[in-house]
Amino acid sequence: MKVELIDTTASTVRNELMRMCQQMGGLTTGVVLNLVIMTDEADQYDAMRAATHAGREHPCQVVGVIARTGRRPRRLDAEVTVGENMPGQMLLLRMQGEMNEHVDSVLTPLLVPDTPVVIWWPGRAPKAPAADPVGVLGQRRITDVAADEAPRQRLLELAAGYRPGDTDLAWARTTNWRSLLAATLDRPYAGIIEAAVAAEADNPSADLMAAWLTGRLGVPVHQEVSDGPGVTEVSFMTGDGKIVINRADGRNATLSRPGEPDRFVALHRRDVAELLSEELRRLDPDDVYGETLAELAKAAAAAPVAGTDEE
Amino acid sequence: MANPLRDPRDRRIPRVAEPSVLVMFGVTGDLARKKLLPAIYDLANRGLLPPGFSLVGFARRNWVDQDFARLTYEAVREYARTAFREGVWQQVCDGVRFVSGEFSDDAAFDRLAEVVAGLDVERGTGGNRAFYLSIPPGQFPVVVRQLERSGLSGGKDEPGWRRVVIEKPFGHDLTSARDLNDLLASVFAPQSVFRIDHYLGKETVQNLLALRFANTLFEPIWNRRYVDHVQITMAEDIGIGGRAGDYDGIGAARDVIQNHLLQLLALTAMEEPVSFAFDALRAEKQKALSAVQIPDDPLTGTARGQYAAGWQGGIPVPGFLAEDGIAADSGTETYAAIRLGVDTRRWAGVPFFLRTGKRLATRMTEIAVIFQRAPHLPFNATDAKELGQNALVIRVQPDEGITMRFGSKVPGSAMEVRDVNMDFAYGESFTESSPEAYERLLLDVLVGDPPLFPGHEEVELSWKILDPIEEFWAANGRPEPYLAGTAGPACADAMMARDGRAWRRL
Repeated sequence: MKVELIDTTASTVRNELMRMCQQMGGLTTGVVLNLVIMTDEADQYDAMRAATHAGREHPCQVVGVIARTGRRPRRLDAEVTVGENMPGQMLLLRMQGEMNEHVDSVLTPLLVPDTPVVIWWPGRAPKAPAADPVGVLGQRRITDVAADEAPRQRLLELAAGYRPGDTDLAWARTTNWRSLLAATLDRPYAGIIEAAVAAEADNPSADLMAAWLTGRLGVPVHQEVSDGPGVTEVSFMTGDGKIVINRADGRNATLSRPGEPDRFVALHRRDVAELLSEELRRLDPDDVYGETLAELAKAAAAAPVAGTDEE
Repeated sequence: MANPLRDPRDRRIPRVAEPSVLVMFGVTGDLARKKLLPAIYDLANRGLLPPGFSLVGFARRNWVDQDFARLTYEAVREYARTAFREGVWQQVCDGVRFVSGEFSDDAAFDRLAEVVAGLDVERGTGGNRAFYLSIPPGQFPVVVRQLERSGLSGGKDEPGWRRVVIEKPFGHDLTSARDLNDLLASVFAPQSVFRIDHYLGKETVQNLLALRFANTLFEPIWNRRYVDHVQITMAEDIGIGGRAGDYDGIGAARDVIQNHLLQLLALTAMEEPVSFAFDALRAEKQKALSAVQIPDDPLTGTARGQYAAGWQGGIPVPGFLAEDGIAADSGTETYAAIRLGVDTRRWAGVPFFLRTGKRLATRMTEIAVIFQRAPHLPFNATDAKELGQNALVIRVQPDEGITMRFGSKVPGSAMEVRDVNMDFAYGESFTESSPEAYERLLLDVLVGDPPLFPGHEEVELSWKILDPIEEFWAANGRPEPYLAGTAGPACADAMMARDGRAWRRL
């Protein structure tokens, strides 16, 4: 069921939502979290779709917020959707005029009470998400630096403004790689001397992975530029040769270890819905991400030409 | 050496199995095709199987690797839960091998040992082997002996681990269960034996543990002071289908009560374990099972039935005796109900009613904790006439969740109290993405994480509970017929009525 409300107020939206839920048989009960998406008209469709998808694993109330720019009178339009394609409920709010300065005042009454709030910026995000008026409403704040023109610069800004509960989809994009790397080192190996990460230029996930490896292994980690897509290779130089995971096509990788035949591993790039599902699986702070950002900032401070590659 | 890339705080990186070989016996069976092989693909697709993971099938068919790979491929395409990806399939397929032979054929097992040893070198599986015996229990001894003889089960000094997975039934009485255990124990270490009951998903067990021990709300009333009785039900709407061979002579009690319902009872009745470690949890379950008291008089404290032809959901279905492969005078029960006591301070005097049956009205598994009536009701008798007993129902399937049943005022000017339900479902559609039971089971086996599998002590305790009842049944009369598609035989209702109680409606 879908209802559009034009030039409305938060309390009307709330009443309408309650009325619709009652009509559909009380669907609020299954909602385990509020997912607020701070987006714009261009990204709205993809973001809401990804959220719907993630909502199948994590029943949630999705609230999309579009702040319409330009000089316009103050106005709130809302689309309320209940029980279509997903278990929870969905609100899409369009705000304009000075209301844009007070988004939090519209959001607060519409969130399901006593239920975790996650804020997601699929595109542009505030420099310090936790200091943002909307960001403070969330216990988890998800950004995506890959959407930015200067992702490395953005990561450093995020590092400066980091608060527990921040996280970024560029970090989630490294999970499968990191998991495979960890599994690789579950087996005996000779000591690691150095490591290397190759990726297409300006890939924030590669920056994060290199920083993570630096912090974890305590050895020099080189970054190399490749043709992509995404991260294409990670290698460890060990005492008895090189362990290499190479993924040239964005789907399948080859694992080579000294003295063993090459092995084939599936390592596909995941879409935003899958990344978002992963983010929503845990709502406590991701300390490892925080440490990785700090590591990145440390490296940038040591080599002040931020945004360029070391090689 | 600790892996520098692993950090317990890094919750995104999943537990991944070590490189290992899974050797499956009985690969052409339904279970392998519909559950096990798809589950392996799903695990790989979720990135939980390491590169190098290998799967070896062993069966009588005169097949080569590609034939088994094709069977696996078809099973995956048809039954896998997650989307099909060529790359993931390729990764699985690279490690698929097949060895053809009879269980009695020494040469075949020597070939199997060679193939597995070859994989250790070729794919770096490091001697880690899991053996999945998806075969009739009668063939366990010969296979286990062969594993030992061919050196597959390995010596203590060989690198890597060896694990063996067996499916229920774990014997058919105490003696046979002990024989089976002695057999396994002679070849495998106790913590390497994984007893799988496909009725009892780990998710269910963990949900139950979370409900009881993560909350303060339920524990204070989880005892004889508030609980009137407990009903544990597993109802099936299907008949025995193609299982005639292993059902006739076994019956509902051995099939379902022995492990499944008694495990649910143990989890419901046990005290809080000091931790969720392997030993701590088993210790509590064992204590609960060892405190179980069977009825003094099995005649009044048990009931059994056998389904007769009837209508099940609008379809006429045959009776048990008319099923293919069942003797016309079979005395095997398809419905069993038992009244048990748990003699502990917490539960003394609280009966636990267990029931299970085939061809019943519906399919459902639940644990219902029924509370005592309020000692005094400050209403007129008529006002609260429709008020029943409060209940907390843990729904296991379908639609896993929790229902609370309590009295509420009916809106209106009259003071009228009536029962209402408050429902919690594990997220309206968590199911779509929640892992299938077999995925979890296989991963636990490959990771070596056994705490929720029953140990042999629990299996033996369960048989000690069931054996006297089975003996009584064997010596006294026949199961009472009940119409297919109903709630079971009249004697089961009479058994409850003698206690002044009634079954929850199916």
